[in-house]
Amino acid sequence: MVAIHPYIRLLKAGFRQQSAYRLAAFGGLVANLTFGFLKVAMLFATVRAGGGTVQGYDIGSMSAYIWISQGLLGSINLSGRIDLADRIRTGDVAVDFLRPLDVQLATIVTEVGRALFALIPRGLPSVAIGALTVGMTMPTTPGPYLLGAVSLVTGITISFATVYLVAIAGFWLIETRGLQILYMVLSGFFAGLFVPISLFPTWLLIVAEATPFPSMMMYPIDILTGRVTGWASAGLFLVQLGWLAAMLLVGRLLTLAGRRKLEVQGG
Amino acid sequence: MNRDRHHATQPDQAPGHLAAYRAVLSSRMRAQRSYRSNFVIDLISSGLVGLIELAEVWLLFHQVGLLGGLTFEQVLLVFGIGDLCFSLADLFVGHLDNIPTYIRKGTLDVFYLRPQPLLLQLMTSDISLRRLTRAAIGLASIVIALSINPIHWSPAKVALLALTIVCGLVTYASLYVWAAGVQFFMVNGAEFTNAFVYGGRYASTQPAAVWSAPLKVLFGFVFPVALVAYVPTLRLLDLPGPAGFPTWLAWCTPLAALWMAAFGLTMWRFGVRHYQGGGG
Repeated sequence: MVAIHPYIRLLKAGFRQQSAYRLAAFGGLVANLTFGFLKVAMLFATVRAGGGTVQGYDIGSMSAYIWISQGLLGSINLSGRIDLADRIRTGDVAVDFLRPLDVQLATIVTEVGRALFALIPRGLPSVAIGALTVGMTMPTTPGPYLLGAVSLVTGITISFATVYLVAIAGFWLIETRGLQILYMVLSGFFAGLFVPISLFPTWLLIVAEATPFPSMMMYPIDILTGRVTGWASAGLFLVQLGWLAAMLLVGRLLTLAGRRKLEVQGG
Repeated sequence: MNRDRHHATQPDQAPGHLAAYRAVLSSRMRAQRSYRSNFVIDLISSGLVGLIELAEVWLLFHQVGLLGGLTFEQVLLVFGIGDLCFSLADLFVGHLDNIPTYIRKGTLDVFYLRPQPLLLQLMTSDISLRRLTRAAIGLASIVIALSINPIHWSPAKVALLALTIVCGLVTYASLYVWAAGVQFFMVNGAEFTNAFVYGGRYASTQPAAVWSAPLKVLFGFVFPVALVAYVPTLRLLDLPGPAGFPTWLAWCTPLAALWMAAFGLTMWRFGVRHYQGGGG
């Protein structure tokens, strides 16, 4: 029987920890907005040049995509960076293994706690300012919001479960920075950060869908904005659950193998 | 850990003025190449960054053909100049991004102890060779764009292209210096400056005709990245400028670079004066 209680406390601790960095959150909001308005300029021009719609996006739905994706920037890990990577390199992770907690779960839960806090100072204001300045079209029924919220938390969790794999590779690689940068480069592109993946040509769309990245950001946004509804949205959510299970399972196996590989020197 | 190694590598040459800087830089270049497999991954990743940024531009033009009055062939020149200048600036001074870490750990104080100007020391404390692949993507974009677009070459246009690249490099390098100066006031403020440094890179590869008025003020005049690539491209291709960007502005890129350099250095001086040391 797994004790759930400590993980809930870690989730809350992560949430509270992040609330201490108010100025950083403000800086993040400025970045979200600046990039948001640049995306508005390019993507709105694309929709207008396409005669009012491009691949099913009109101005209102494109705006919803832009501002929700900007709002999620501080919450979905698209940088590949995570504190655990340093703890593995320095050997501090040995202490984590001594604690009566599962290292993988504890890491992911703490990070998700921080990510959820970031929705308050960065996520909601980005969406609100976007909605007030350029307007956006959102669903009028509760369904997309309910499934969308669950899908969003799932997407955030998938991102940290995947970044966990990047960090845990440090048991075998001396320097994981190359891997981290590779993650950073590919994740934003395939998650649909600058261009929604529906605008990709078919071959590139197939490549994107073969990775966990669209499950982190694109699918939750598609569900939340009502671009995908009914059974199709349930299907996207199932794909997300599949990726979450896969990433957690691989992480579990690598953690067990890495623990055997870990050598701690000194005393 | 790599980053700190140069503290131990004190130059042992006789006191020639540039010898110290040269010694540090060459040791940094050797250090990067000595972890061979990691360096190769770095080179590949950095090239991939350039390619993906280009893909993000291409994807939109692929949908509609004409954006902000430009075709993809034309915007390729905007992208190439913008990305080449940015990645060269990043190669030479991008490590100024590490200032928050130096401030937090107190290692900045070490630089203060040496009898050389602080900014010059920091600028020459590292060089990111991995950016070479990304610069190569930018350069290749320029070469391809120049060969597929019909251009009426004249000595003035050759001069304009050369001037544009030098001034763009100075503009971006100054933007990094500006950002470094701001870090002295903001703990964990890197994201605030990223909005303008990396946002500036993103902006410079766009046709500025699509911007709203506030963006035109922000990236046309305050951080003048529209003058890095977009306006010179219009001039080189003999295209008309949109509202707010007449193409004679292409010859004002040195003014933009000077303005950004002055803005950056002023912010840097404010920052250095504000700094009180990390203790220890």
